[in-house]
Amino acid sequence: MDSNTANTIGLLRSIIAEAYAESPHLLHVLYALQRQFLHISDEAVREVAAHLDLPLSQVDAVVEFYSFFHKIPRGRYDILFSNCTSCGYMAGGVDLMAMLGRRLDIVAGNTRGDGLVSMDQTSCIGMCDHGAALLVNGMPIVSLDAAMIDRIAALVEAETPLEDWPAEWFQVDDNIRVSGMLLKDDLSTGIGLSTMLALDAAGTLSEIIQSGLRGRGGAGFSTGMKWQFCREAQGAARYVVCNADEGEPGTFKDRVLLHSHADSLFEGMAVCAFAVGAKQGYLYLRGEYRYLLPHLQSVLARRRGLGLLGVDILDQPGFNFDIDIVVGAGAYICGEESALIESLEGKRGIPRTRPPFPVTHGYLGQPTVVNNVETFIAATHIVLRGSAWFRAVGTEKSAGSKILSISGDCAAPGIYEYPFGVTIRQVLDDCGAKDAQAVQIGGPSGTLIGSAEFDRRLGFDDLSTGGSLMVFSQARDMLAVIVNFAHFFAHESCGFCTPCRVGTVLLKNGLDKIAGGHGTRYDLDEMQRLATLVKSRSHCGLGQTAANPILDGLQRFPQAFEQRLVHRDFEPHFDLDAALEEARQISHRDDAAAHIE
Amino acid sequence: MSADIKQSPITKNTITIDGQEIPFLAGQTIMDAALAAGVYIPHLCHRQGFTPHGSCKLCVVDIASRSASACTMPAVAGQQISNNTPALNEARKTITQMLFIEGNHICPSCEKCGDCTLQAMAYHLGMLDGHFPQFFQRREVDASHPTVMLDRDRCILCELCVRASREVDGKNVFAIAGRGINAHLVVNSASGKLVDSDLETSDMAAHICPVGAILIKEHGYEVPIGQRTFDLHQVSEIGLEKTILTKVRQPDE
Ligand SMILES: Cc1cc2nc3c(=O)[nH]c(=O)nc-3n(C[C@H](O)[C@H](O)[C@H](O)COP(=O)(O)O)c2cc1C
Ligand code: SF4
Ligand code: SF4
Ligand code: FES
Ligand code: FES
Repeated sequence: MDSNTANTIGLLRSIIAEAYAESPHLLHVLYALQRQFLHISDEAVREVAAHLDLPLSQVDAVVEFYSFFHKIPRGRYDILFSNCTSCGYMAGGVDLMAMLGRRLDIVAGNTRGDGLVSMDQTSCIGMCDHGAALLVNGMPIVSLDAAMIDRIAALVEAETPLEDWPAEWFQVDDNIRVSGMLLKDDLSTGIGLSTMLALDAAGTLSEIIQSGLRGRGGAGFSTGMKWQFCREAQGAARYVVCNADEGEPGTFKDRVLLHSHADSLFEGMAVCAFAVGAKQGYLYLRGEYRYLLPHLQSVLARRRGLGLLGVDILDQPGFNFDIDIVVGAGAYICGEESALIESLEGKRGIPRTRPPFPVTHGYLGQPTVVNNVETFIAATHIVLRGSAWFRAVGTEKSAGSKILSISGDCAAPGIYEYPFGVTIRQVLDDCGAKDAQAVQIGGPSGTLIGSAEFDRRLGFDDLSTGGSLMVFSQARDMLAVIVNFAHFFAHESCGFCTPCRVGTVLLKNGLDKIAGGHGTRYDLDEMQRLATLVKSRSHCGLGQTAANPILDGLQRFPQAFEQRLVHRDFEPHFDLDAALEEARQISHRDDAAAHIE
Repeated sequence: MSADIKQSPITKNTITIDGQEIPFLAGQTIMDAALAAGVYIPHLCHRQGFTPHGSCKLCVVDIASRSASACTMPAVAGQQISNNTPALNEARKTITQMLFIEGNHICPSCEKCGDCTLQAMAYHLGMLDGHFPQFFQRREVDASHPTVMLDRDRCILCELCVRASREVDGKNVFAIAGRGINAHLVVNSASGKLVDSDLETSDMAAHICPVGAILIKEHGYEVPIGQRTFDLHQVSEIGLEKTILTKVRQPDE
């Protein structure tokens, strides 16, 4: 081995050892390497496998699964534009990514030859109330416009360190517009836990069950029942996991809760730990929110200092509980609870077969509660104020409030907390959505409704949502929205099952064909048939909801598709002009003669 | 599931598949019970004795109009299951077409032709073409191993080789890497090549592939077309896996 290689290996090993000592999770070690070397080389994979005693193929498989790990070096400035309909690079109507690409002479997806900069698009980064947004080396820059793009290009070319970029660009606001029962009062630290100790574990569990609290992450399972199943399950250990993956496009309320209500969240996790008998908790934070990590770590440290985490919490002998934070690396599927657990275990985020469910066979095969950020915060409030207080708000089937992330075509995007049962019309009035033609409720995986349905209500028995509510005005091309969502799902499918892995790509391609003006009636019928198959036959919630925007769109906005059809029975998928794109790129041509229409 | 087995080792109960009552033992999946009773449910990623995988979705059935994978769904007394219906077989045909067009399957030039379960499934379901536009994905061929050939063009990601290596051979030669449509088979060795792995010709993993992705070298066309497994058998014959495996390992038998 020459001395150069020996040096590289030595550096690799020291970075791996240091990262591993900080946190033994594979994702953390890989992040440290990606950050240092801007990619994860084959040698790095070998060293990680050796140090963590994992199969090489497992490390390799994980590197290739997550969007934020790369085998080919990224630039020293790695720029990722959100491609969400609300905070994406097209949000202001101009293609900001293409603009930056021209300024920096770089094509999306690539690293520039000099290694200075790389640029790509990424799924929604949760900045939807701030307009177009990007991540540069993991830090969000919001409210982008053309002028900023010019300045960013100049700062990159001048190799200005990020610390010296305008600080206000990185300012992410809470934008809380309407506060309800949870957001109104900021609980004093530890008050939920001390109230809980007076109730004891059984009393706490019964309060949570009585309250009617249902999961805020989307599926709406009874939180009290979930905790009870976990408590009753056989296991050597129990775990409490907070799902802060918040990957559903248009959702950003957990970002605000993590930023401004982290104490209530960690308190809720401790309450759950006490009720189910867990000693260890994990917060699974989406990679896009890594910038919140220092803040969250400091809240945890402060709570340890106050005796609210650690050993003998609040002097209660045997009440031991602590929380680690594990940061994801760009994979929407890891919000699905069993994929999240796989990811925590250092694997690809592939959803498990159910049954068994996490409450009996979760993290490391042990009973595990997985709840959304908002669910834990609601639990803290319920313990403090009682189940009756909670039940008094909302509806029979949907107790309490829901915190919405509202974005899109409205005057005041931001955070709105409403009692369940509120009408969509009310919500639209409040956020200043004057000429909405459609609302996407619960994100792309949720429900797309038109104006005829604005009197429907928010709740588990009507319109259910994990928190995303995207408004689309009359000016929007609804087909473009649906195409955007189809691309999202094809990009995020985990690839485990055939209907979702292949089906989401076929749906994407089919919609592109229609949107490109090459679709026929036959293609529309195919979309309907395929969408139904993907929805009913996929393995997990991703595939089972991926076709919703298409099915809802075909039903409610058929004209958006039909006006693009060519009136022939059949058009081939092969597009001669598109096939020339590679040649155009190589020859740097885009003139009329380089196209065939 | 293991808990159920412990609870009631001798409970005998029944499920109903297409109107036929079928007994099952606690701990069995719908697939287990069906195959034991001689009822065929189409499957590609399932193999008796291996940990169920549930990925190919050929085994989709409807339980009281809810979709489920027969190979992973525990049998529960009283389940009313639809299996051999036109609608389900149509869905299975579409799923089979998906598997064909995402890979590169040129059957006439493939040594597995006639012994291939994917091809046989296509015939069984009356599939006449790929229907969808081909993806033409670029996939790597690994010819590095002295006796075993890996052609990823034909891989359907069923993970039978992954499981055979782990569960039968006591090794860990294969894994799936990547996400979504980029998912692909990887080899657990420093170079990523088969030659540097501990795969041996006698391993179950070298023989289990239902398609022509993993083939034994220098044994091509020993059985002439016309006398191959699916020239003589239907894919729906129960217990055929054993026949195939014996045949692949000792072609003269
Ligand atoms: C593809 C997919 C993505 C999901 N993403 C999230 C997420 O980002 N956050 C979340 O809380 N739940 C998410 N879920 C739901 C979780 O699987 C799980 O139901 C939830 O975390 C349970 O918590 P709750 O009961 O408090 O809602 C997702 C589900 C699917 C199928
Ligand atoms: S693996 Fe099967 S389906 Fe694929 S080319 Fe070979 S014979 Fe045809
Ligand atoms: S190589 Fe064969 S056995 Fe292995 S995953 Fe691919 S198709 Fe299945
Ligand atoms: S569950 Fe991930 S591809 Fe189907
Ligand atoms: S046989 Fe059941 S999913 Fe493949």
